[in-house]
Amino acid sequence: MNGEQTVGERGMKRIYLDNNATTRLDSEVLEEMLPYLRDHYGNPSSIHWFGQEARRGMDRARERVANLIGASPDEIVFTSGGTEADNQALLGIADTVGKPGSRIVTTAIEHQAVLNSCRYLEKKGFQVTYLPVDGQGRIDPGTFADSLADDVILVSIMLANNEVGTLQPVREAVAIAKSRGILFHTDAVQAAGRIPIDAHWLGVDLMSLSGHKFHGPKGCGALYVRSGVTGPVLVHGGHHERRRRAGTENVAAIVGFGQACRLAGMRLGEANSVIGSLRDRLEQGILERVKGVKVNGCPENRLPNTSNMSFEGVDGQLLAINLDLKGIAVSTGSACQSDTREPSYVLSAMGCSTDQASGCLRFSLSGDNTVEEIDSVVEVLQELVEGLRC
Amino acid sequence: MLAKKRVVTAMSGGVDSSVAAALLLEQGFEVVGVTLQLQACHESVEGGSCCGTDSIAQAGAAAGRLGIHHYVLDCRQPFQEAVLLRSWEEYSRGRTPNPCVICNERIKFGLLLDYAGFLGADKLATGHYARVGVRKNGDAFLMRGADARKDQSYFLFSICPDRLSAAMFPVGALTKDTVRSIARRMGLPNADRQESQDACFVSKGTAYPEGLRLRFNEAARPGPFLDEQGRPLGTHSGIHQFTVGQRRGLGIALGSPAWVKSIDAESGSVFLTTRKEGLIARGLIASGVRWHALTPRFKRLRCSVQVRYNQMPIPATVEPTGPATARVRFDRPLRAVTPGQAVVFFAGDRVLGGGWIDSSEQ
Repeated sequence: MNGEQTVGERGMKRIYLDNNATTRLDSEVLEEMLPYLRDHYGNPSSIHWFGQEARRGMDRARERVANLIGASPDEIVFTSGGTEADNQALLGIADTVGKPGSRIVTTAIEHQAVLNSCRYLEKKGFQVTYLPVDGQGRIDPGTFADSLADDVILVSIMLANNEVGTLQPVREAVAIAKSRGILFHTDAVQAAGRIPIDAHWLGVDLMSLSGHKFHGPKGCGALYVRSGVTGPVLVHGGHHERRRRAGTENVAAIVGFGQACRLAGMRLGEANSVIGSLRDRLEQGILERVKGVKVNGCPENRLPNTSNMSFEGVDGQLLAINLDLKGIAVSTGSACQSDTREPSYVLSAMGCSTDQASGCLRFSLSGDNTVEEIDSVVEVLQELVEGLRC
Repeated sequence: MLAKKRVVTAMSGGVDSSVAAALLLEQGFEVVGVTLQLQACHESVEGGSCCGTDSIAQAGAAAGRLGIHHYVLDCRQPFQEAVLLRSWEEYSRGRTPNPCVICNERIKFGLLLDYAGFLGADKLATGHYARVGVRKNGDAFLMRGADARKDQSYFLFSICPDRLSAAMFPVGALTKDTVRSIARRMGLPNADRQESQDACFVSKGTAYPEGLRLRFNEAARPGPFLDEQGRPLGTHSGIHQFTVGQRRGLGIALGSPAWVKSIDAESGSVFLTTRKEGLIARGLIASGVRWHALTPRFKRLRCSVQVRYNQMPIPATVEPTGPATARVRFDRPLRAVTPGQAVVFFAGDRVLGGGWIDSSEQ
């Protein structure tokens, strides 16, 4: 694509395989944003032309975001990102629909933005069911149906997991929840822009999105609120976002987010098959050349860009640091909790042993990656793992 | 062009280790900064801790200024086992541990040095004020830092020669003032930061030994306060709270100043003295003795010794009594020789060896 090869210190070529943490800002996105940083600096709420320019940029962005997920523009509420969208969905719905003792059903492998919102609500007197997942990271629809007691007010199940890429049977789960009249939120932060999403086909009431996972700017995301659902509110203040999210809008980022959605929508089909085949090449290469490797996650239902692998007898963090010193960026799990050495709760919930979980690496690709990069990573990894094992 | 030699530098977030990294960088090494996370975030003391997220951020900022890679190594579990648990065991035996010595041996020049090897570095640098010399036979030996007021060789005595040969102490030849001025010249963000030393062993609102007791959920060992003749003076709530030579916070009023003279862990007794000279010792028995810069084929060794960090070394005679034990006789009496602390033997700036104090002698 339009990514220039990044050259790091010591003149070494750097390879970025941590796109589930964040992605490079697409230069077309940057171009779209620049006028809104330089010239169209008006407040979208203002009556004058400056304000109107900014508002029009936002309106176009809102259409583009809506288009990516098959929604209508008035169903999009811009937020500061995925975490805020998750908080708004959970805390906001608990606030408007919940009573003391009401229950929320979620999974054990959600992003911390959802899990810690749930824990906060537990402290406030709500009850939470954390559904278990199988060895591939999928929930069981039967167990899910059984969990829907009368006191359940909201279900929150992620579309794609950030660490292993496993996709959940969200449409099936929505159908079950709908039959009981229960609201449904999905965290689609890792899925949006990477796999086709149609909010109406899925049937969800609320969906969290984030722009920087698919070449948009950081600090901008959205909460999809299905029309007819009373909007949950987290940030109170002015009349912005139709009173669903107060605060002067981050116009340039929103415009960039919109452009990222447009580009992702255009590239989805082609990029996916390219990225998917690179991911498969990486996995096959590693499995062929390195012994004692296990792929974590669900082979059939998985994000095309994500591969999570356990390297037997090797510390994942040590491997990731060694790769970094050779200019290859991967992670051991979620970037949001890479400061702790605790084994990944996602892998633990999937039944991985502590050893398996502590020896894992997450590779997450983007359309910027090349066959040469992948082959080079396989080679370096083989050398490193052999060196660290002896 | 040859690849640069890689050195891992332990970066605490303080000015000394940051300058250590900076100097190595200037000398042409490829420097990789590693900060040890020793305690959970919620346990660290606000502002001052060398273990908390604040210090990790400081180290990260210094590494950022230098443009080097920086990683955080989670050592909470090994630190708990090798340093904190061992410290508690010492307190529970009526001794006063020296966790910095244990940490240097087991964590920094143990675990972290191994880790450096796994990162392709054969050297580990720290910000200690100490120097490394090499004997004719190739063995490394430890020397005092050039800044006598800052010298930290006492805390490093137990590192064995083969590990010491992998150590670099880039600030060891400098004074603290020079280190600070280098930090300012290089624009390091922590140039004027306060000392972080010992901060790992402070816990929020609780005395260190009591904090350890609560951490390991151990029972306190209460017992009597006794005078020098063994007559009861009162009771205390646990021997772990006392250190030989301690005067403040005894929790008993005798009408005149009193000091802890000794602790008998078996009976839980804490002996007090009201005479300053009651604390005086003329020698000690040490175990866990290690000899560095010489082969212990002598009967008696004249050298200078230190029984605590901030003590002027005094002349003494050391007599090995076994492969790792020794009797030390001081030329002049010393106050408060404390079981559990280290005794370190010097010849001028050279560290000859050291051991752990088991008991004082008259």
